[in-house]
Amino acid sequence: MNKLQIITKGIVKENPTFVLLLGMCPTLATTTSAINGMSMGLATMAVLILSNITISAIARFIPDKVRIPSYIVVIATFVTLLQLAMQAYVPDIYETLGLFIPLIVVNCIILGRAEAFANKNGVVDSALDGVGIGLGFTLALTLLGLVRELLGSGSLFGWQLIPSQYNILAFVLAPGAFIVLAYLMVLFRKVTAKK
Amino acid sequence: MAAKSSFKNMVICLTVICLVCSSLLAFFNGLTEEPIRVAQAKKTETSLAQVMPAFERTEARSVELDGTEYPCYVATAGDAVVGYAVESSVIGFGGTLKVMVGFDAAGTVWSTMVLSHSETPGLGAKCTEPAFKDQFDRLDPAVKSLQVSKDGGDIDAITASTITSRAYTKAVADACRVYAALSAAPEHQE
Repeated sequence: MNKLQIITKGIVKENPTFVLLLGMCPTLATTTSAINGMSMGLATMAVLILSNITISAIARFIPDKVRIPSYIVVIATFVTLLQLAMQAYVPDIYETLGLFIPLIVVNCIILGRAEAFANKNGVVDSALDGVGIGLGFTLALTLLGLVRELLGSGSLFGWQLIPSQYNILAFVLAPGAFIVLAYLMVLFRKVTAKK
Repeated sequence: MAAKSSFKNMVICLTVICLVCSSLLAFFNGLTEEPIRVAQAKKTETSLAQVMPAFERTEARSVELDGTEYPCYVATAGDAVVGYAVESSVIGFGGTLKVMVGFDAAGTVWSTMVLSHSETPGLGAKCTEPAFKDQFDRLDPAVKSLQVSKDGGDIDAITASTITSRAYTKAVADACRVYAALSAAPEHQE
């Protein structure tokens, strides 16, 4: 597998949201607007790249039986670092994403990639895998956020396009998240199946 | 792939990982402590400037009422007290709703501002918008009744968000009681 394929498979063939269906909790909960979805995606991507790099570098030295606790400690450390950094430099986004930042620790995408990819591959490949999967996740969340924000609040990235009396409130609420996700998944399958 | 597990190498491995991780965290915590404090102080300052008449200095106080601690701020210009602000927390629809409520020296609500909330976007989250929150500006709690109109008060609730509106109104009403306690306390009347 060449380097480019490692990145593109994370976006298309193994897209964490539309194909692997991993990390559904933040996907459904934080995508009430495009900017929220994107911030969540980027935050997860940052943790994913760092944890993939670290885990691929230290996997050889970790005894098999304690590998899960070791990975979780590594992931939790990066999440806490990210949380502190966000609190210090982007407090507004930190406040909107709130609880979902610490919950990145238990996001199954990250542990999943550590188990399925990073502990079997080299540092460079693992970093690229993190970039690919992270981009796939970010794109999916941003898209979901875009659709929900447009239908539910009538705006895109905060720009009001549709007057508020025509907004369909259900789309910013939980049911809208499920509906939009399902339709996007169908579309995604349709487009990728043709290739 | 992974090394063979033995009691010794498992203990060593976990110890080393935890040591490295915690020292990294401790270092980074020290690094971000100051920026986080500054960011929070700036936020409080901005909200204080929003909810009170123009002032020069503020002084933080804390008032206890019915077993709850309320952070308060007394604003002064020169020697005169020009306003008070009370940080009021109530349970909204989606979680804690934190409102900064400002008063002028006469006890009229000057303005209010949401500090943090987890209300539903598109519904309860509209409590941050002027259409709802401007109702509280220059409101005299002695004249107007701080309840939503559904409950017989003078506040128009946000459509389909009565719970949030009630919570917000309660936050302001609580703040009014705290204000009464704050301005009545003898040590604050120097």
